[in-house]
Amino acid sequence: MASLKERAIGVYNWFEQRLGLGAPAIEAAEHQIPSRTSSWWYVFGSAATVILVLQVVTGILLALVYSPSASHAWSSLEFLDHNVRLGWFLRAMHGWGSDFMVAIVLIHMMQVFLFGAYKFPRELTWIIGVCLLLLTLGMAFTGQVLRFDQDAYWGLGIGASIVSRVPFVGGALVDLMLGGPIIAGPALSRFFTLHVFVIPGILLALVGLHLLMVVRLGINDWPMPGRLVNKKTYVQEYHKLTEKTGIPFVPDAVWKDAVFTAVIMLAVMACALWFGPFGPTGQPDPTIIETAPKPDFAFLWIYAVLAYLPPSLETPVLFIAPVLIIGTMLLLPLVSGEGEKHWSRRPVAVLMVAVIAVTLGAFTRLGMYTPWSPIMDAWTSNPIPEADLKDRTPLERQGALVLQNKQCRNCHAIGGTGGMRGPALDSIASRMTEDQIIRQVLQGGGNMPAYGNALNPSETTALVHFLLTLRGGHLSPAVDASRKLALTNEQPPAQPKPPPSGGN
Amino acid sequence: MNSSEPLPPTDQSAPTESAANARNAGHSRRVFLFKLSLLLNGAVGAILAVPIVGYLLGPALKRTTNEDSWINLGPLTNFPEGETRLVNFRNPVTTPWDGQTGDIPCWVRHISGNDFQVFAINCAHLGCPVRWFAQSKLFLCPCHGGAYYEDGSRASGPPERGLFVYDHKIVANSLMISAGKMPTLAARNCGKPTLTQIQPSPTAAVASVEEPKHGEGPQSRNNTWPA
Repeated sequence: MASLKERAIGVYNWFEQRLGLGAPAIEAAEHQIPSRTSSWWYVFGSAATVILVLQVVTGILLALVYSPSASHAWSSLEFLDHNVRLGWFLRAMHGWGSDFMVAIVLIHMMQVFLFGAYKFPRELTWIIGVCLLLLTLGMAFTGQVLRFDQDAYWGLGIGASIVSRVPFVGGALVDLMLGGPIIAGPALSRFFTLHVFVIPGILLALVGLHLLMVVRLGINDWPMPGRLVNKKTYVQEYHKLTEKTGIPFVPDAVWKDAVFTAVIMLAVMACALWFGPFGPTGQPDPTIIETAPKPDFAFLWIYAVLAYLPPSLETPVLFIAPVLIIGTMLLLPLVSGEGEKHWSRRPVAVLMVAVIAVTLGAFTRLGMYTPWSPIMDAWTSNPIPEADLKDRTPLERQGALVLQNKQCRNCHAIGGTGGMRGPALDSIASRMTEDQIIRQVLQGGGNMPAYGNALNPSETTALVHFLLTLRGGHLSPAVDASRKLALTNEQPPAQPKPPPSGGN
Repeated sequence: MNSSEPLPPTDQSAPTESAANARNAGHSRRVFLFKLSLLLNGAVGAILAVPIVGYLLGPALKRTTNEDSWINLGPLTNFPEGETRLVNFRNPVTTPWDGQTGDIPCWVRHISGNDFQVFAINCAHLGCPVRWFAQSKLFLCPCHGGAYYEDGSRASGPPERGLFVYDHKIVANSLMISAGKMPTLAARNCGKPTLTQIQPSPTAAVASVEEPKHGEGPQSRNNTWPA
């Protein structure tokens, strides 16, 4: 036994004498860190790194089968899902790994921000971290394109439409992005190159730098309220702290990273197993227009923002906001590189994180059910509730038919079904008078198209009569106050015209 | 580390002044040569960059001629008057590995007689495929709910303008359109305002007067393919 061990050491020494990598690696692994930083709060970076490795490995395995050509990419994914043993599982791991990576990188960023880790002397570590976040998002977007399905095709269309709005060079940028006049083979090849060579290359190099700096500068010390960062004294204080409370990173602190990483890996595997791979959805055939394209999870919030921006603000916001946001993140450590690190003394920082998290969360949630999108088949698939048709006159029922046939339901819900782009119509007559409804239907406005050209007078009459019966049960009908006044001024009180009521 | 450096002079042969001078002269000569080699490599890099940058920017620099060409969408009889139909055509510029992505749909509206309008499938907002609803005479976009009237003009929602319009002409009783490039806000064929905004009312009004026959049936659109 002893001889075997000796022989192993001999082999190690043979390599070590020639490579000389072992000693510095061991030294780096065992470097002293302040004992407080051995914390469950400090595990996210390790987890993100390990998921990156998982993505590289699963990505290489998928590339064994994937065909990066517009005519075959989609069918090669179907082939992976159904004809290659465990191909579906590797696709699922890669897809879920991507979602987990984006999530953990964001959590990691939030943690280092709240712990003031970006302050002196770790400014560059933060700046490179911001680049890593952008590259991670770049991987997520280009990866979605490689899943060359309907969502990917129209997602490229959305990307090209956004890029085309860049002043002056928009057209040239679209050509550069697509590599040709339309979304087709060259575009996919470009995104394949980005996803497989360019971005991962930069990503791995920057991750290396990021880790190198963490080891070189030491992990961020546990923030204490009142312990201020001063560029003149910080390094000395940090060394004193490390000397006093130092423990070796390996093995005293690293076990928490390892446990958390294992849990995350298990979670990725569990999601892959239970939920399976993402798509591919329909074939990337632009002539199949019955589709509602949607971006992947990480970009749903942008999709939602684009639905809510007023048209005139859209282009400026699209190009000014990212510059401001990314610029602020990059400049943050240079502007506020000193001072308090503890979150309890940085209320603005905490508030910012809270506001950003709630904003992103809310927009993502909206992006999941897209209330702004018309439901294209609501007019044929969602019937009008029976209660709204009971005891109605023939004219009113004819109006219900008009409502259905003119696709009003695609944007307006009744009885909880139908589109949500416009207001639900269940109690419309309690909010609008007959005149108002007629005007709104014929002239549109307030984000509703005018239907004057699509309705003849008898259809309009029927439709409005039906709408006037929709009072959400027994709400009283809307009245025009000025009409009443006008009538009383003219004559001895003529009975105010009762709007056609619909019984119950 | 030491192995890569020039061997230091041994102690025995202590450098005489002349030897030191010679070495200094040699050093300054080598520094000069080093700088020269940097310059040389810089020049080689610059020369190398020309084809690489040219290759990379190729798609954007190709500004020689319009990429659009005339495409036959089929005989006029395929397009009944007063209807708007989806028509697919093969993009004039494709690669052999484009597959289905080289097939592009568009909406053909036959107003009356020789009056046509051909709209791009892409919403003017973010390029999603708009769908025609004959009953309400609207194009609706599934992405963010952009809506357009039958003449392609903006009805509501986030788009800033009407649908993109392809130039068209009628040759030997066939409808031809000028297409070839994905329409975006920056693409050339969309620089001018849509036809609809120039001549909105006369034809549209005629069409709407003729159309009150409201028995269009459930079919909202028909696919036709050019021969």
